[in-house]
Amino acid sequence: MKLKLRIWRQAGPEAAGRMVEYDLDGVSEDMSFLEMLDLLNENLTERNEEPVAFDHDCREGICGMCGVVINGIAHGGSATTTCQLHMRSFSDGATIDIEPWRAGAFPVLKDLAVDRTAFDRIIAAGGFISSNTGSAPEAHSTPAPKREADKAFDNATCIGCGACVAACPNSSAMLFTSAKITHLAMLPQGQPERYRRVKSMVAQHDEEGFGNCTNIGECAAVCPKGIPLESIAQLNRDLIASLFKGDGK
Amino acid sequence: MTDTITNPEITGEANQFWSVGEEIADAKAPQGIDIDKVWKTRQFQARLVNPANRRKLSVIIVGTGLAGGAAAATLGEAGYNVLNFCYQDSPRRAHSIAAQGGINAAKNYRNDNDSTFRLFYDTVKGGDYRARETNVYRLAEVSANIIDQCVAQGVPFAREYGGLLDTRSFGGVQVQRTFYARGQTGQQLLIGAYQQLERQVAAGTVKMYTRHEMVELIVVDGRARGIVTRNMINGKVETWTADAVVLATGGYGNVFFLSTNAMGCNVTATWRAHRKGAYFGNPCYTQIHPTCIPVHGETQSKLTLMSESLRNDGRIWVPKDAADCTKDPRQIPEEARDYYLERIYPAFGNLVPRDIASRQAKNMCDEGRGVGPAVAEVDHDGNERLVRRGVYLDFSDAINRLGQKAVENKYGNLFDMYQQITGENPYEVPMRIYPAVHYTMGGLWVDYDLQSSITGLYVTGEANFSDHGANRLGASALMQGLADGYFVLPNTINDYLADAPFDKLPEDHPAVAEARDSAQQRIDKLLSIQGTRSVDSYHKELGHIMWEYCGMERTEEGLKKAIGLIQNLREDYWSNVRVTGKNEDFNQALERAGRVADFMELGELMCVDALHRRESCGGHFRAESQTPEGEALRHDDEFLYVAAWEWGGEGSKPVLHREPLIYKAIELKQRSYK
Ligand SMILES: Cc1cc2nc3c(=O)[nH]c(=O)nc-3n(C[C@H](O)[C@H](O)[C@H](O)COP(=O)(O)OP(=O)(O)OC[C@H]3O[C@@H](n4cnc5c(N)ncnc54)[C@H](O)[C@@H]3O)c2cc1C
Ligand code: SF4
Ligand code: FES
Repeated sequence: MKLKLRIWRQAGPEAAGRMVEYDLDGVSEDMSFLEMLDLLNENLTERNEEPVAFDHDCREGICGMCGVVINGIAHGGSATTTCQLHMRSFSDGATIDIEPWRAGAFPVLKDLAVDRTAFDRIIAAGGFISSNTGSAPEAHSTPAPKREADKAFDNATCIGCGACVAACPNSSAMLFTSAKITHLAMLPQGQPERYRRVKSMVAQHDEEGFGNCTNIGECAAVCPKGIPLESIAQLNRDLIASLFKGDGK
Repeated sequence: MTDTITNPEITGEANQFWSVGEEIADAKAPQGIDIDKVWKTRQFQARLVNPANRRKLSVIIVGTGLAGGAAAATLGEAGYNVLNFCYQDSPRRAHSIAAQGGINAAKNYRNDNDSTFRLFYDTVKGGDYRARETNVYRLAEVSANIIDQCVAQGVPFAREYGGLLDTRSFGGVQVQRTFYARGQTGQQLLIGAYQQLERQVAAGTVKMYTRHEMVELIVVDGRARGIVTRNMINGKVETWTADAVVLATGGYGNVFFLSTNAMGCNVTATWRAHRKGAYFGNPCYTQIHPTCIPVHGETQSKLTLMSESLRNDGRIWVPKDAADCTKDPRQIPEEARDYYLERIYPAFGNLVPRDIASRQAKNMCDEGRGVGPAVAEVDHDGNERLVRRGVYLDFSDAINRLGQKAVENKYGNLFDMYQQITGENPYEVPMRIYPAVHYTMGGLWVDYDLQSSITGLYVTGEANFSDHGANRLGASALMQGLADGYFVLPNTINDYLADAPFDKLPEDHPAVAEARDSAQQRIDKLLSIQGTRSVDSYHKELGHIMWEYCGMERTEEGLKKAIGLIQNLREDYWSNVRVTGKNEDFNQALERAGRVADFMELGELMCVDALHRRESCGGHFRAESQTPEGEALRHDDEFLYVAAWEWGGEGSKPVLHREPLIYKAIELKQRSYK
């Protein structure tokens, strides 16, 4: 199939960006969206133009590294990652707009690649269970009820892609943060640091310049891992409870 | 059994492809004691570093996967200054994240007679007796601690209704010792390690450098003392020095271009170390995974794995009659199907090890009984032919037996992924699968302490050669990564660091300057060629050569041909590659160009290694060495050793050092799963 691509090109963090148009022929519907971009880049290289920079690694929907806004929707709107979006979702002759994640806390590095290290700093603020290596108790000494364990798991599947931030009109990272909070809060091992964790992580979230959550729900609509809005409610409950506890940032 | 080795000209000690150096041995594992005492004894013998002194010592760790991330977190906790590097934008994205199936541990929670010894035994047998016995035993020994550690960190393993951990079985074994987290075990284990790592980042013991690619190793007076990196955002080439260096940079399966590996996986870190004197162990040992989604076209960039756990419930078959291959599989009656694994290997059935399942799938397709679209191939003699490269993985029995809901619960995300990629619904039509390159058992040679042949350079996880022999059983790579990262390296490296701190290295020390300059020159050279062909086109061509001649089946003739082809391709590369842009920028073409350059050199060494090993073992099948039934035939009398290759210098032959493998706790047997 034949496509018209309109792609955001930006030479560097400080440079001004703009949409540039490219015609692309020879796209097969079995290709993934990133393979389609590979094809474009091969063509650009042939013409001695600079290929379009974009982030990706596993191409299996699990590392969370890929992510662009396609026709205005993060990851293209089928609640999947960009690398798992296939060209059979588009029709021959279509025009496709491709832009980077847009959020103040995710500065553009080049073209479609952005800096998401703010997520790592939110985790560093408390998104862990303090357990030194070598001192762990026997795994079966703490059973975990299946229902809570399953809920923990559902939240643990967040891949840190940042689509939720890109989709949110406030550029809030609450869905991401709440996924981590809920994952650890549902496990017996997560209890000792539970309230300290939520307080510190939310404080860091705000410090990074992510906006507030006003319950719009765009985040959950694009999340490739189906993290539910309910997780944000869980975060809010834990956050309120934490106000009555002494520690945390 | 017949031994069909011919070709006397390469049986000599030295020849046109390699020369032979002296034998080597592992000098670190304590000798003369029972195998279950070896690790404890080594731990006791290793010198310690007192906590107050650890603050004065620094360790560079390249890699943030299970092997590197776990090691960085643990050494940080211990109080060392850790500098940790990765090429992704976050440590959480290391390739370990993609592992689906599970992680083994000898917990015997199922009361099915599992034990440390049985895990050890299965792993050595699975590796076709080409792994070092003492290392594998230690791996089995610490496996149980890994599960405890991960559970304490909050890794959400699958649980039963009673709240206890669930397990399942995996290829090559008859006990149920695999712990899993739906189809995302690697992700969950890595997130666990990553959280511990971020905790240390916050504590200030670990400094994290993301989007930094290691492009050179710094060696001073025979000791590894640092690395050179390229900052992938602005191109800055920088040097970093420390008291010890650890490489945890994963495998090099991407040398084949199409593989199940993440796109960025590369050999650069270990290859640069190899060129500085680190021996490369068993480079040709590649694992081919039997259950991947088949190739669909020329523009494909990667192959997707369908977890091996599917073989627990899915049955593999092809039509008995080649004429049925184009039919809708649902129209082919039971008696016209050949469940070939169940037929040939009744004891293990669909759960035979990966090398066997892969080779049989290939045999079925070569016989003309493959399914799916017919694709054009060029055979060894240059003739084009049409072959169907796929076999069915069928869940209809399981769906009838357990109900669709139960199958969905177990494998839902994998089924969704399959549908996403192929556009077919696997609940209705059997999946089509075919083997693909998955894992590399070769890597830098290390001793029992995980130290390479360069003093002070340690190598962990998939980047080293040590624990898997000629084949890797499922769920054992995650186990090795975490064993190395959490438990082995943090104990063994102390013995080395007890002599540190070493002299501080000035920026202008000749060895530091040399490493930086040579890295910079390589970059400049790649950018200056300004040829006509893209980096990817070279990578693809290299991949074709490797898969055709050094893939699932190898012959002496084919390997010799491949070596010639690679040499020509490399020469062309350095005069005709086109790398756009400049160094002082976010430049992905340049990143790939450096990696492909290293793959070209590695590819040649892989072929040389495959050529010299005139036996079949594990994932390495030499057509000249097979039993009358067509099974792999080892030659323990000639090849019971690790091949550790020394870089011979630019344009010179590599030097083969053999480390004889000594089995005391286990008796060598021909492998059989019948
Ligand atoms: C699809 C798939 C499924 C799998 N499933 C399973 C399974 O179910 N069970 C199992 O046991 N195993 C499985 N494996 C194998 C297993 O995942 C890997 O062998 C293992 O995770 C490797 O871990 P590692 O820490 O050694 O390396 P990796 O996780 O690959 O980490 C490598 C690290 O090194 C960094 N790096 C590499 N080169 C450089 C450089 N030059 N400069 C800077 N940084 C660099 C990377 O950024 C990364 O952080 C699977 C593998 C794949 C591909
Ligand atoms: S919550 Fe969903 S959209 Fe947000 S980072 Fe996690 S996986 Fe991505
Ligand atoms: S590239 Fe890993 S999730 Fe898309």
